[in-house]
Amino acid sequence: MAISQYRLVFKHIDSPGYTRDIACYQKHGGYEMLKKGLAMGPAGIRDEVKKSQLRGRGGAGFPTGTKWSFIDPAKVTKPIYLICNADESEPGTFKDRQIIYKDPHQLIEGMILSCFANGVKLAYLYIRCEFTEGWKILETALAEAKAAGFLGKNILKSGYDLEIYVHRGAGAYICGEETGLIESLEGKRAYPRIKPPYFPAVLGLYMCPTIVNNVETLCNVKHIVEMGGDAYAKIGRPNNTGTRLLCVSGDVVRPGYYEFPCGALTLGQLIYDVCGGIRNGRKLKAVIPGGSSAKVLRAGETYKMKAKDIHGNMVDRDVKLEDLPMDFDSLAAAGSMAGSGGVIVMDDTRDMVECLANISTFYAHESCGQCTPCREGVLWLKKILARIADGHGKDEDPTLLKDVADRIAGRTICAFGEAASWPVQSFLGKFKEEFQLRIRRNGTAAKTDTVSLTH
Amino acid sequence: MNPWNHDVAKDEKDLVDVQVDGVWMQMPRGLNVVEVAHRAQKFIPHYCYHPKLSVVGNCRMCLFEMGTPKMGPDRKPVLGADGKPEIAWMPRPQIGCATNITPGMGIRTDSALVKDCRNGVMEFLLINHPLDCPICDQAGECKLQEYSVEYGTGASRFVENKVKKPKNVDLGERIVLDDERCILCSRCIRFSSEVMKDDVLGFVNRGSHSTLTAYPGKSFDNAYSLNTADICPVGALTSKDFRFQMRVWFLKETKSLCASCGTGCNVTIGSREGKVHRLTPRENEAVNSQWMCDFGRLNFHYLESKDRLHRPLLRAAGEQFPGTWADAIQRSVDGLKKVKPEEIAVVASSRLTLEELFVLKRLLAELGVNRVDTVPNPGQADNFLRSGDGNPNSRGTELLGLSSGGRKLGSWGTEIESGKIKALFVLGGEDLIASGLPASTLAKLDLLIASGILTNETTRLAHVVLPGAAFAEKTGSMVNVHGRLQRMTRAIAAPGEAREEWTILRDLRMALTGGNSFHSVEDVWKSMAAEVSQLSGLNWARIGDLGIQIESVAQAAGVKAG
Repeated sequence: MAISQYRLVFKHIDSPGYTRDIACYQKHGGYEMLKKGLAMGPAGIRDEVKKSQLRGRGGAGFPTGTKWSFIDPAKVTKPIYLICNADESEPGTFKDRQIIYKDPHQLIEGMILSCFANGVKLAYLYIRCEFTEGWKILETALAEAKAAGFLGKNILKSGYDLEIYVHRGAGAYICGEETGLIESLEGKRAYPRIKPPYFPAVLGLYMCPTIVNNVETLCNVKHIVEMGGDAYAKIGRPNNTGTRLLCVSGDVVRPGYYEFPCGALTLGQLIYDVCGGIRNGRKLKAVIPGGSSAKVLRAGETYKMKAKDIHGNMVDRDVKLEDLPMDFDSLAAAGSMAGSGGVIVMDDTRDMVECLANISTFYAHESCGQCTPCREGVLWLKKILARIADGHGKDEDPTLLKDVADRIAGRTICAFGEAASWPVQSFLGKFKEEFQLRIRRNGTAAKTDTVSLTH
Repeated sequence: MNPWNHDVAKDEKDLVDVQVDGVWMQMPRGLNVVEVAHRAQKFIPHYCYHPKLSVVGNCRMCLFEMGTPKMGPDRKPVLGADGKPEIAWMPRPQIGCATNITPGMGIRTDSALVKDCRNGVMEFLLINHPLDCPICDQAGECKLQEYSVEYGTGASRFVENKVKKPKNVDLGERIVLDDERCILCSRCIRFSSEVMKDDVLGFVNRGSHSTLTAYPGKSFDNAYSLNTADICPVGALTSKDFRFQMRVWFLKETKSLCASCGTGCNVTIGSREGKVHRLTPRENEAVNSQWMCDFGRLNFHYLESKDRLHRPLLRAAGEQFPGTWADAIQRSVDGLKKVKPEEIAVVASSRLTLEELFVLKRLLAELGVNRVDTVPNPGQADNFLRSGDGNPNSRGTELLGLSSGGRKLGSWGTEIESGKIKALFVLGGEDLIASGLPASTLAKLDLLIASGILTNETTRLAHVVLPGAAFAEKTGSMVNVHGRLQRMTRAIAAPGEAREEWTILRDLRMALTGGNSFHSVEDVWKSMAAEVSQLSGLNWARIGDLGIQIESVAQAAGVKAG
């Protein structure tokens, strides 16, 4: 393996003898950063996070320091809430789960530091319903932290009080959308809120200023406190700092979770060096680089990117798929996104019609139903795709699919509309001939799929 | 009262510059884009948005293109050749309902993108819709139909199976739900929870399978439930009373008043060929906003009651026989002439219009009759629209000095018994027996004249019964409990030979005193306005469709309390 991992968040995870109890965590330096952070003071931590250029790890990649700066604890009279979004539900993503199950105290320490930095007295840890074991682990870990004086009243005699409650999710993908999550936490259906006016920083949980951060993001805060914002910013690339947890699934020899400095390795290195290449000696066909909602990338594609030449001038450069650095900006420039870090690899035996029908089935099942384009459009997409996959496609279907997807994306209350449309737009854009072929062969194609026609 | 009132500007004079479809104009700060477009005579279609409910932005029909002033390097707006700010347009459409205008905002309501957005929403809303317009009660006043014409396409591209949902769901006593027609706008949910504080409706299931329902074991039947049938933009919620009765496009709409209590909710009477089919609330922010109670709304079926008085009745040999109006008037006149004025008592009615009461007042003055009062009729106040006064025009009878609020009435029983009162004229269908006067007392009268709409114990004892007109059958005005003068307009003719009471009183007066005749109810108004100081200078045009405050609300309340 030519590229070695840089394990920061995953430092102890899976290392022999490392357990998730507080004693083990403290033996490895756990909660020392809490002491340091309390000494730095809230503004000190916020400054370091800003300097670190940390970007949110939940999917959107929004700068954490900026998100925090929307709330000024000195000016806010209402309570400020912090919510850890542990509703990891994007297909292809399984990084937060490792942290919760194997190193929960790292998350709790990062969370306490983040709460302290933002004047938060009450925080919630919203964990997806299906993580039953994870929920118990977090409850145990929180009890341990409380018993040790890291949580509760007068934390480490600093005069700072904080309570963290675990709230189990409601079993829906949309509960991970931050305003849907807030609604769910308030005990309602997880209908995402309209923005404006309901920006969490202004009108969040119980209409109070609220910060919603992903599990991995909060863990990084601990490391930023440890090494300082400037040092952290040196990991990775400018504007793409720190490490990134990557979850590789699909047709590779060694699927799994990995941690690398952001952009330190290319997609090709990830697939071929880190993950041992495509299984059974087959060829790469396509990659979804940031969770199932990210636009698909096709093998053999090249992308125009801005880069400095040897004279320091910005020029357009052709970058091959395999040479794409795994960071936020490069994947965005390639027309997709780093998203939640879920890299789904497909080999040349994969039927793109089936793949897309599968993805669309997921989104049709998960559309919350609040706003019209997503509620009606996404199920329609699923039905058309299921019909094509079942051998009853029509010549006009590819155009219709694109049309429907185009009329969802950008017109909905939350980003689910895009999440459901981008796969359709990109699969059709890049593998149109496969859809046309499937439709031409209607009924005569060998079918091994089991996509249901009904929903 | 209403915390939303999105259609009301906080300050009509605090204006900001906005550009609507290329034209710069000034609009009140803080209004949302749907309302601003409306004021600019540009219509932005919408389903879920309702000016009296919270904004949820779920239908996406009001998407528009939004721009903000383009900023130069000096952080100041870049001005165009016309001296107005240049606008930087956002690529993503925004919802008009949740976007309040800001200075320099650009609004496009009819660009290609906006049209495509609307077209898309229309297509999405219709793919799983049953398209059962021929048997749908909403047909003719359905926003889906209306916007299909404006923003839809002629043909469907949907060839899949539609989503199946519950139909003919009994939500409550008065409302039926068709979930397949429902477009999930949540107006009914918001009305019930926000206006009625009755959080009984909600959605279950997810995505396209989302279904409106009442909380398990609960029924949707609060006292205002039928308002949801009005604000439902489609045929999902329909009134059990009205459904399948009449196609709405056949209904003649008459602006009038509800006469079921002292609030005087403004209504539209929907009638066809002499039959009232429904009442719907008519917006009046000073009275009932856009709502009315279910009781008042449904309180019109008595117009067709089998107890309805259709012809004058005259008593002979202990029985009542139908007679002509000429006979009825003559019999009344003869009877009244046989007694002295001080032996006559009159029960005026707070159900009558000001005009009717005024003719009565003239008649009584000319006859010298002083004994006049009204029957109080307590209503069921509900802290929302229903008043504690069950009569629609108590303030009117007080205004004309025809009522002591029932205080005088109390002694009339003994006065009849002692022979002080020999003739009694009961107007407006008041039932003295129901109010506690024994039938044996009334039987002692030399003359009992009763006018009214329905047969009751009092009319059964009367020597002369004069059939009158109900609220939907007459034109006139009333003063509500808050001192607001409002107009009632005839929607249908009274049945049979029944007549508006002002004409009955006019004929009586002509026969009794030879008093000047009024040719029309407007004539009555003119004489009344000249005589009653609170009405001076007012005419029907000035009262208008929304009425006019003739006493301050506090004054009205004070008089009532006193």
